[in-house]
Amino acid sequence: MSLSAQIVNLLAALLLLIGFAMLAQRRILTLIHLFAWQGVVLAASTLIVAHGTGQAHLYFSAALTIALKVLLIPWVLHRLIDRLNIRWDVETLINIPTTMLIGIALAIFAFALATPISQLASTITRSTLGIALASVLLSFLMMIVRRKAVPQVIGFLAMENGLFFAATSATYGMPLVVELGVALDVLVGTFIFGIFFFHIREQFDSLDIRHMEKLKED
Amino acid sequence: MSGALACIVAWLALAVASLLRLRGAWFARCAAFPLGALAALVLAVIGLQALWQPAAAMTLPLGLPGLPFHLHLDPLAGFFLFLLGAVSAAISVYAAGYFADEAPGRLALIGLQYHVFLASMALVILADDAYLFMVAWETMALASYFLVTTDHREPAIRSAGFLYLLIAHLGAIAILLAFGILHGGRGDYSFAALRAAQLTPFWSSVAFLLAFFGFGAKAGMLPLHAWLPEAHPAAPSPVSALMSGVMLKTAIYGMVRVIYDLIGGLRWEWGLVVLVVGAGTTLFGVLYALMQHDLKRLLAYHSIENIGIILLGLGMSMVFVGFGHPAAAALGLIAALYHTLNHAVFKALLFLGAGSILHSTGLRNLNDMGGLIRRMPQTALYFLIGALAISALPPLNGFVSEWLTFQTALQAPVLEHGVVRSLLPLFAATLALAGALTAMCFVKVTGVAFLGQPREAAHAAHQAAAHGRIDCGPAGRIGMAWLAIACFVLGLFPSAILLLLNRICVALLGAGLPEDALESSWIWLVPSSRAQASYSPLIFILVIVAVICITAFGVRRFYHGRVRTAPPWDCGYPLQTARMQDTADAFGQPIRHVFGPLYLMRRHLPGPDDPAPRFVLRIEDRHWVWLYLPVARLVGFLSEKVALLQRGRISIYLLYSFLTLIVLLVFVR
Repeated sequence: MSLSAQIVNLLAALLLLIGFAMLAQRRILTLIHLFAWQGVVLAASTLIVAHGTGQAHLYFSAALTIALKVLLIPWVLHRLIDRLNIRWDVETLINIPTTMLIGIALAIFAFALATPISQLASTITRSTLGIALASVLLSFLMMIVRRKAVPQVIGFLAMENGLFFAATSATYGMPLVVELGVALDVLVGTFIFGIFFFHIREQFDSLDIRHMEKLKED
Repeated sequence: MSGALACIVAWLALAVASLLRLRGAWFARCAAFPLGALAALVLAVIGLQALWQPAAAMTLPLGLPGLPFHLHLDPLAGFFLFLLGAVSAAISVYAAGYFADEAPGRLALIGLQYHVFLASMALVILADDAYLFMVAWETMALASYFLVTTDHREPAIRSAGFLYLLIAHLGAIAILLAFGILHGGRGDYSFAALRAAQLTPFWSSVAFLLAFFGFGAKAGMLPLHAWLPEAHPAAPSPVSALMSGVMLKTAIYGMVRVIYDLIGGLRWEWGLVVLVVGAGTTLFGVLYALMQHDLKRLLAYHSIENIGIILLGLGMSMVFVGFGHPAAAALGLIAALYHTLNHAVFKALLFLGAGSILHSTGLRNLNDMGGLIRRMPQTALYFLIGALAISALPPLNGFVSEWLTFQTALQAPVLEHGVVRSLLPLFAATLALAGALTAMCFVKVTGVAFLGQPREAAHAAHQAAAHGRIDCGPAGRIGMAWLAIACFVLGLFPSAILLLLNRICVALLGAGLPEDALESSWIWLVPSSRAQASYSPLIFILVIVAVICITAFGVRRFYHGRVRTAPPWDCGYPLQTARMQDTADAFGQPIRHVFGPLYLMRRHLPGPDDPAPRFVLRIEDRHWVWLYLPVARLVGFLSEKVALLQRGRISIYLLYSFLTLIVLLVFVR
C-alpha cells in the first residue's frame, strides 16, 4: 500500500473519530470547532488524493473546502451563536451513551454495506467508502437526536462533508461543476437557516424545536 | 374544420376581452354575449355541414413537444357541435339580458368563465387524442365549477361546488384509466391508435365499465348523481341551462365516442348494464323531481331522469349490436341521440324560464309562487311549451324521441335470447311510467307557479312594490323564443332529423335504418317498416287544430253564446285566501305515499295542544345514507390513520427519512 493511500486511510479514521466526537459533544461552540476540523481533514485528504492521482480539479475542490467549510461557514455560525447568545447548552433527546451505541451499530452497518461495493471500485481510496458512509449516517443520527436548531444545521453540514468524502474516495470526486453547485447550495442553505433561526426565536422566544409542534394541524 | 377552430378561438378571445374592465366592463356587458351567440350559430352551421361531409382531421402545433393536439370532425362530432352551437346561441342571447345588471367585477369573471366553458366543450367534441380530450374535459370541469360558485360567499353554494368538483374528478379518473387500458403501453394516445387496440374480453369489459361510470358521473347517472341537484340550483340560471342542456350531453358524446367508437366490439351484457342503470336513473329522477318544491332543483332531477331515458336508448342499441341486429341497433342509437338533442333544447328552455322567474320575483320555492301568468305572460307561454315538450306530448319534440325509444323496445322479438327478449318491454314500461309521472310533475309546476293566486305574504309585498308586468327583457325573450321554436321544429319534421342521425349510425355502426324507413315521405316518420308503425306530427297537429276550432265554433254558435260573469262556487267557505290553494308539496303527496319506501322522509307532525303548529316534511335522498356517507366516513377514518404520521416534531420526520434510507440500503443493494 502506497504512502498516500496510508495517509488517506489515517485521515479517514480521523474523520470518523470527529464524527463520533460531534455526536458526543454537548457544547455548541466546540461543535462548530469540530466541524471546522472535519473540514480541515477533508481538505487534506482531497489534497493527498489529488497529489497521488494527478487529478487537477481536486486541487480546486480542496481549496473550495478550506475556504467554505473551514473558514466561512464556521465564522458565520460563530457570529450566529454570538448574536443569538446560545453558546452552551445542547440537549439531546436520547442520552449520550445510548446515542454512541447506536452510532457504533450504524458504523458496523455501513462497513458491512460498503465492503462488497468497495471491491468493485478501482481507486486508491476504495477502502474508505465504508467510513464515508458511516460518517453520513452518524451526521444524520445527530440531526435526529438534537433538540436545538443550530446543532441540527451542523449535522446537516457534516452530512454534506461525509457525502463529499464518499464521492472523493469512490470516484475521485464529482465533476467540478457539480461540486461548485453543491458548495454554493450549502452556503446559501446556511444563510437561509441563519435567517430562519432569528424568525423562530422571535416567534417562540427559544430555538427549541419542540415549540414547532404547536404548528401541527389538529 | 378550420371554421370550427375559428369559433373556438373567437370564444377564447371573448373570454380574455371580457376581463378588460374598460368603462365598467362595457365589453362584457354589451358585446361579449351577443358575439358569443354569433360564434355559436356559426359553429352550429359548421356542425350541420359536417354531417354530410367526409371526416376531416387536423393537427395543431400546440401541446407538449412531440405530443401535438389532434382534432377530428366526423358526423358524430358534427352532430354534437350542432347541439352545442344551437343551444348555446340561445343561452348566450338570454345571458346578455340576464347578466346586464351585474357588478363589473363579477361580470368580467362570468364572461371569462362562460366563454372558456363553451370553448372547452367544443374542444372535447373535436378532440382526436386522449391527451387533448382530457385537457379539454378538465378545463370544462373547472370552468363550470367556477361558474357554479359564482356566489361563493354563501357556504351552501361552496359546498355544492365542492361536491360537483369531487364527483367530476372521480369521473375524470375513471375516464383516464379507461384510456390507459385502451392504450395498454403501446403506441401513442391518438384515438386512431386506441381504436386499433386489441383487447381481451375481460379488459375490454373493464374499459367499458370505467368509461361508462366515468362519463356517467358527469352525466348525473345513478348512483353518481348527487352533485346535480346541488350544483344546478346553485349556479346562475343561464349557467344551469348550459350545464344541464349542453354539458351533460358532452358526457353522452364521450360515452358514445369511447364505447362505440374506441372500445368497439359491443357485447350485449354491457347493454344490459346500461339498461338497468338507465331504468333506475329514469325512475329515481322523476320520483324525486315530484317531491321538490325548489323549481331549479326539480328541473335538475328531471335532467337525471332524461339522462336515464337517453341511456335506455343507448342500452337497447348495445343489446341489439351484441346480438347482431344492426338495423334495430341503429334505431336505438338514433332514439338516444335524438333525445339528447331534444333534452338539450327543452331543458335549456325550462331553466331559462325558471331563471326569468327567479330574476324578476326572487322566488325559487314553488310554494311561494302563484298567478305568475298574469305578470309574466311571455315567460309563462315559453315555459308551457317547454313543459309540454318534456312531458312527451305530441306534436312537440319530446314525444318523437321517446316514441322512437319505444319503437326500439318493440324490436325485441328479433332477439334470440329469451330472457333479454322479455326484459326489453319491462324497460319500455319503466319509460312509460316515467313519462306519465313527468307529465304529472309539470302539471304541478305550471299549475302551482303560473295559475292561481299569489301565495305568501313576502310575495304579496313584492307584488305591491312592482305591480304589473315584470316579464323579462327582449334579449331574454329572443333566447327563449329561439328554443321554443326549436321544440316545434324538432317535433314537426322528425323524418329530416332521422336522415341526419342515420348518417352517424352508418359512420359508427357500419349500418343504418332499413330502406323502408329512409324512403318514406317527409310527412310520415317510419322507424322500421311501414307495416309496423308510423307517425305524422303534421297531420296530428292539423287534427288538433281542427278539433279545437270545431269545438270552439260549436260552443259559440250552438250553445248559449253568452258570457256571464259570476263568483265561482265557494264550497260553502265564505272566506277564501291564497293559502287555501294546493301547494306543490300537496300535489306530490299521493306519489309520496305510493312510492313511500323509496324516499327517506323526515316528518314532524305537531301535537294537538301545540300553540304554534307547524308541519315539517323533509325528503332526503337514500343514496346519501347507504353510499355517500359510509364512503365519506371510510375516507375520514383512513385519513385519520394517515394523519398519525404527522407528529409536528422534526426529529420524527428526520427519523422517517433515516429509516427509509436504512431500509433502502439493506434491501436494494
